[in-house]
Amino acid sequence: MSIDRRQFLTVGGAVLASVALAPGMRLIELAQARSPDEAVTSLQRWGMLVDTTRCAEGCSACVTACNKENGLQQNVRLDIRPQWIRTVTLRDEHTGYVQTLPMMCQHCEEPPCADVCPTGASFRRADGIVLVDRHICIGCRYCMMACPYKARSFVHENLTDQRANVPRGKGTVEACTMCVHRVDEGRIPACVEACNSDGGKALTFGDMKDPASEIAKRLATQQSEEIRPDLALDTGVRYQGL
Amino acid sequence: MAMNQKKRILGAWITAIVAIAVCFGAAYALSGGPDTPVPSPLTGVYLGKGKKCVAPVSVMRRYHMQFLLNQRTLTVHEGIRTKRFLLTNCVDCHADPKTHSVLGKHGFCASCHEYAAVQIDCFSCHSPHPQRLTAESAITLAPQHSRLAEMVKTTAITQIQSDPVDGPQ
Ligand code: SF4
Ligand code: SF4
Repeated sequence: MSIDRRQFLTVGGAVLASVALAPGMRLIELAQARSPDEAVTSLQRWGMLVDTTRCAEGCSACVTACNKENGLQQNVRLDIRPQWIRTVTLRDEHTGYVQTLPMMCQHCEEPPCADVCPTGASFRRADGIVLVDRHICIGCRYCMMACPYKARSFVHENLTDQRANVPRGKGTVEACTMCVHRVDEGRIPACVEACNSDGGKALTFGDMKDPASEIAKRLATQQSEEIRPDLALDTGVRYQGL
Repeated sequence: MAMNQKKRILGAWITAIVAIAVCFGAAYALSGGPDTPVPSPLTGVYLGKGKKCVAPVSVMRRYHMQFLLNQRTLTVHEGIRTKRFLLTNCVDCHADPKTHSVLGKHGFCASCHEYAAVQIDCFSCHSPHPQRLTAESAITLAPQHSRLAEMVKTTAITQIQSDPVDGPQ
């Protein structure tokens, strides 16, 4: 009882179909939690929603939390001080209306920083977080020039007091990592946590591809916008109330 | 005369053969199989908190750099943070409880690399201190008073001591 070619193809097709099903089934699993030995996938995209109407003038809870979490020394000269997140104050010239908002790496879907990087050090992780692999970075700073949001900093001097989970060193470029070390543990970024406890509760973090997440629901039902949408970078950080 | 010449040629041959044998022997000893003992400078060095390393000692001595290299790519690019070969995990275990560091004269990493004359670059970016200590918030806010800053000063971590650059950026 030998199987002919047609039969063989049918069986093969069935096997392929069941293999193809497997990743679909894992979708549900991954949306809940990722174990430490599982690689990140594009089934998720981490993002942040900033409600600028809640962002109070003079508040800098997110900035302080970021500096603390990532061990960004503030006792260095202003012109070389690392800055992963900053607050920007906008004033309407005609009405005098003043607005503040946090500005950091926007975790672009099409990141210009990665496009121009000659070494491949700047890259976008499968789950949307844009990072610098400092092992590869040569410190050319092309990415700093390319970033439309001025989100990146260069480490100018030797460092001695890095956080264990946030390695940083002289001669490399750095920017907001969306607290990747926390996200990989299933926690939220330090700025979001601080804003929710000490600030105006302006920041929401989550998986934009998970329809059940708060951020996805709000993005689907409320108005929000990118900064510089004309650049078509499809940013992972979006703003409301601009 | 002819006899003398022959002797000299024979002598040269013997010297050459012995030299080649010595070279091969040395090369064999250096490349060594897994059973060849690795010379160890570890006297008076704190070895680690755990009873056993994540792999046999002979394997770790020879291959820890490959493990770390492989792990760094997995961690940075794919977010894989299994503890086995994670540098933070190595440091947590191997940091000397007195100096809280893997660097310094008797530091687990520094002492061996100094002995082997291998300059490592890991700790210009990575913290040589256990996670539990670097998690202290005081570091950033008041570096001159923090416990960690004090330790850095007192344990003479020359390799990573800052060397401020004031030139143009
Ligand atoms: S905001 Fe700047 S640094 Fe961040 S991904 Fe976009 S181009 Fe790169
Ligand atoms: S500074 Fe580093 S990350 Fe930026 S473009 Fe150059 S090599 Fe790439």
